Amino acid sequence: MKENSPFIPDGSQTVGPFFSIGLQYMRDRAPTTEVAAPGIIEISGRVLDADLSPVSDAMLEFWCPQFSAGPHDFPAGFHRVATGDNGQFSVVVRKPEPSPYPGGRRQAPHLLVLVFCRGLLRNLVTRIYFDGEPANDADPVLLSLHPERRPTLVAQRVAGRDNAYEWDIVLQGAAETVFFKW
Amino acid sequence: MQTPTVKPAVPGTQPDFCYPPYVSSVARSPRLPLVLLPETLTETTGPVFGHGFIRENDNDLTVQHSGEPIGERIFVHGRVFDDNGCPVRNALVEIWQANAAGRYRHKMDNHAAPLDPNFSGAGRTLTDNNGYYWFKTILPGAYPWGNHHNAWRPRHIHFSLFGAHILSRLVTQMYFPGDPLQPFDPIFNSIPDEAARQRLVSRLDMNRAEPNYALAFAFDIVLRGHNPTPFEANRK
Repeated sequence: MKENSPFIPDGSQTVGPFFSIGLQYMRDRAPTTEVAAPGIIEISGRVLDADLSPVSDAMLEFWCPQFSAGPHDFPAGFHRVATGDNGQFSVVVRKPEPSPYPGGRRQAPHLLVLVFCRGLLRNLVTRIYFDGEPANDADPVLLSLHPERRPTLVAQRVAGRDNAYEWDIVLQGAAETVFFKW
Repeated sequence: MQTPTVKPAVPGTQPDFCYPPYVSSVARSPRLPLVLLPETLTETTGPVFGHGFIRENDNDLTVQHSGEPIGERIFVHGRVFDDNGCPVRNALVEIWQANAAGRYRHKMDNHAAPLDPNFSGAGRTLTDNNGYYWFKTILPGAYPWGNHHNAWRPRHIHFSLFGAHILSRLVTQMYFPGDPLQPFDPIFNSIPDEAARQRLVSRLDMNRAEPNYALAFAFDIVLRGHNPTPFEANRK
């Protein structure tokens, strides 16, 4: 048992196709956010595989710390959604603020996104940035990426809607989303 | 640039994204290398769930309906640690599983085994101050799947854990000791290191078993933690 072994993090295993058995409760217990409220945005998009086929059984988790929110039973800044039959998802979040980066620099507003699905033996981690943010041009993470890959992280505004963005996740291929490790 | 403070994965203890024996990993795994980032406030923080988030009987999967589910009643319990050996308190532990016949209560599960009207197969709890958690449930059945000819998943319970920060997030599966299907299972075998695979196998725990009532399986879990701060590390 673990007591007699070094404390090595346990191996990841796929979330499998049936995780939604344990999902509905979280949706039921999470507070709902009005899309029309100030500072609230809706991000929608699709999860696609190597053939650009929809991944209809993915679970996405979104994280951005919200210190002003204070402690609640449901953590502010955390959201979990499942994709639908066409790989589509939609999440309503508070738009993030710029945040600190090592060395005194600043990061552009972004969310961390964890990707789980049948076929993924470990979760992937990526980030969403927002089209039209001036801070994107100086963001240390975006600048560290090859210019051709940066757009995979930038959610695009939906024409005619100020508070709506579109952003797809591509797991593999020419348009593969940038995924990170730490 | 600040050095990341989570420890890199120990070689062999995590699956590769692409593991061809697990067929659906092939088209769903990235081919480009992951990009190494320093930890920022986004990653050193994570969701914290309050005690009000958990309801009574959330960790007892045998009392969620009017009758008792069919199958072997079991306790599953253990402690959650970080990789410094410190218990992780208030960690949200979520589980989901097939019923005793090997059937999930899910519209996409078309295995011709009966559903159990008294078993939903999902639970959740928060660890206590010692990192301890427990569930009461039913021993899940093995079930066939379409990965290859005559493919069967060994008995398992899915586990999802939130630790001290978002990078300690872990989704894994707990297996049962002595299950003869494990050597044939590409998901179990996607972890290259034999000792790491065996750490996902629970242990029969006769100390926790209740006579004339239920067997018990012990399953401790280790999440990624943080290195000691440079100040602490330099103090020796």
